[in-house]
Amino acid sequence: MNASFKPNLKTLPGGVPGLALARAPLGHVAADACLCGGLLPGAVHEVFAAMAGAGAAASGFALALALRALAKPKWLLWVRQDFSALELGEIHADGLHDFGADPSRVLLLRAPDANAVLRGGADGLGCKGLGAVIVEPWGSAPMFNLTASRRLLLAARQHGITVIVLRHGCAPAPSAAETRWLIRPAPLAPDDEDRGIPRFDAALLRNRHGPAGRWMMDWDCNNGIFRTAHSRASVPPFTGRSVEAPLEDLRQAG
Amino acid sequence: MPAAKLGLYPGKALADARAMVPDLAVIRANEPADRKLLEAIADWCVRYTPLVALDPPHGLFLDVTGVAHLFGGEAGLLQDAVRKCTAQGFLVHAALATTAEAARALAQSKPGTVVPPGGEAEAVAPLPTDALNTKPHIIYALKRAGLKTIGEVVGRTRQELASRFGGSFVLLLERTRGRNGGPITPRIPVPLLMAERRFAEPVTAGTAIAETLLSLSKDIAVILEPQGQGVRILEACFFRADGQVRHVTIETGHAIREPTLIVRLFQEKLDALIDPLDPGFGFDVIRLSVLSVQVIPVENIGFDTRSCEQDVAFLVDRLAARFGAQRILRFLPQNTHIPEAASIAAPAQYTEPVAGPWRVERDSDGTPSRPLRLFAKAEPIIVPEEDLAGMPVRFYWRHALHRLAHAEGPERIATEWWHYQNPGHTRDYFRVKDEEGQHFWIYREGLPDRETLQPRWFMHGLLA
Repeated sequence: MNASFKPNLKTLPGGVPGLALARAPLGHVAADACLCGGLLPGAVHEVFAAMAGAGAAASGFALALALRALAKPKWLLWVRQDFSALELGEIHADGLHDFGADPSRVLLLRAPDANAVLRGGADGLGCKGLGAVIVEPWGSAPMFNLTASRRLLLAARQHGITVIVLRHGCAPAPSAAETRWLIRPAPLAPDDEDRGIPRFDAALLRNRHGPAGRWMMDWDCNNGIFRTAHSRASVPPFTGRSVEAPLEDLRQAG
Repeated sequence: MPAAKLGLYPGKALADARAMVPDLAVIRANEPADRKLLEAIADWCVRYTPLVALDPPHGLFLDVTGVAHLFGGEAGLLQDAVRKCTAQGFLVHAALATTAEAARALAQSKPGTVVPPGGEAEAVAPLPTDALNTKPHIIYALKRAGLKTIGEVVGRTRQELASRFGGSFVLLLERTRGRNGGPITPRIPVPLLMAERRFAEPVTAGTAIAETLLSLSKDIAVILEPQGQGVRILEACFFRADGQVRHVTIETGHAIREPTLIVRLFQEKLDALIDPLDPGFGFDVIRLSVLSVQVIPVENIGFDTRSCEQDVAFLVDRLAARFGAQRILRFLPQNTHIPEAASIAAPAQYTEPVAGPWRVERDSDGTPSRPLRLFAKAEPIIVPEEDLAGMPVRFYWRHALHRLAHAEGPERIATEWWHYQNPGHTRDYFRVKDEEGQHFWIYREGLPDRETLQPRWFMHGLLA
């Protein structure tokens, strides 16, 4: 770890001096209401794939969050573990472009293991040219603990870089994340229109500054913004703001 | 006792040699190992001059023009080199002269000689003809002719020698006498610029090494600045007190000159080394060699706020130093419609960003038609059933059954038959969603009944 990347962690929870950035509205009315207006830039946000088959949906959701937080001339760094590319496929430039990202302003770091993912992501947070970093380890990487996420948070605040931690194949653990999302692909209802657009069953498990919630969210690739899904598919009612219920849900899903 | 004094020489049969010297110690020759050792010694000698050439099987040429004063004159340099090599356990003969050939002849026959300029002809005249180091049959012929020393050979006319032994022998003779000296062929490319520190006490501490690199980088920056240049490839050589030499090279995507940036790149590289830099008993010389420079465009030399682009370029350099250039990539569009080739991820350090054109593949309603994640190699899937229109109904992928709720397609992509002899089969791509909502990009390879009887199905990517 860099010398400059070892802040005094004891002073952290009270609030860290950093850039005051405007929240980036997601475009989904109910979610924005819960998030006090939008996604907090310069913070750590976690996106968990709810089950084995949700990896691609979680990737899309993480990218969507990063794009919402990304200011125009800034770059996006995507750090992914090699195993992730074997399981889910490599990040594909044409797919990025179709999704609404600009592939010519995306850097891809192929990290051999989870340690390298963390290290590479932390390195990126020292670079003012980046607007967002997607950090994608595989499995229950033990080095992504509370301390590591606090360090990420400190570095993220310092330069106003949004960090999206994209996790596959593991259950949420305590962290310094501003928000934590659990993503499933949304099943189609028989009379749905727009059957091909990215649609997420997104559960906001943790929200540092507001209530939790669960919504069907559509991603509008043309305009780069979320929409309320006009789906007939039923969203199971979300009870309470405690993290316990969805966690149970997660365990059942495997 | 030297073997030559016992009457042994290279090429003699082992049985003969044993007959002459019964208690002869025999070691099997290992030429590759000898060569490696010679190269290691050559690397070590780079501490004196970058111009070091191999003279196999066991010689080295050092071109010390203009560097001898740094080591207390020519005699001082020679003594220093011999003393340090001897201390490492080598038997060394060295001599210094205007031409490589003269020095070689003297090193063999009168080691330790430092010939004043112009004195070579005189110095080599009494040496035996063996010192010429030419082909054995020439030496043999010279001896048969009664020419025992180089001086006697020089006494013959050039025409005689050239007609008997060829023009190259005459040239060798002239060079051995210190004339017509040609350049030596250095083993490693000569750096454009070098800065080095020598330590009376070898250094071991990481901080001292970092400090040294910083001050060396400053020296280099001072020289490059007036020329408006920055470094692209920079090599640090760490000379260990026990003779080992370690080279560490950094490369940058854009020319840089800032000493702190250079040192940070070296730190990244040193941290990421698989076998870490081992100071052992310490480094007595640390050197920075500039192997490649580039002009820094004037607008880049700004005030203290570096632009976003420069910041990103430096991030790329750092990540490349840590993880390797092949791991930090940028996307470049390609002029083809074969999905896996339509865009490539290339090392960001060696490429410039390309703004596009990216083909908009999105449907009019905003549905992406290309997957966010593409498998490096399409994975075979089993489609047990197609409907009447040829659309898949369900499939097995990685041993799991996926029942489809929705399928869109086909998007037909023909192979580039105009490029390849054997272009493979046409692909029909489908975007399909299963009942859980997972979104796949699968294709059928081969047109049924036209290209193949048994089309095969593949999973190529995942859509969000």
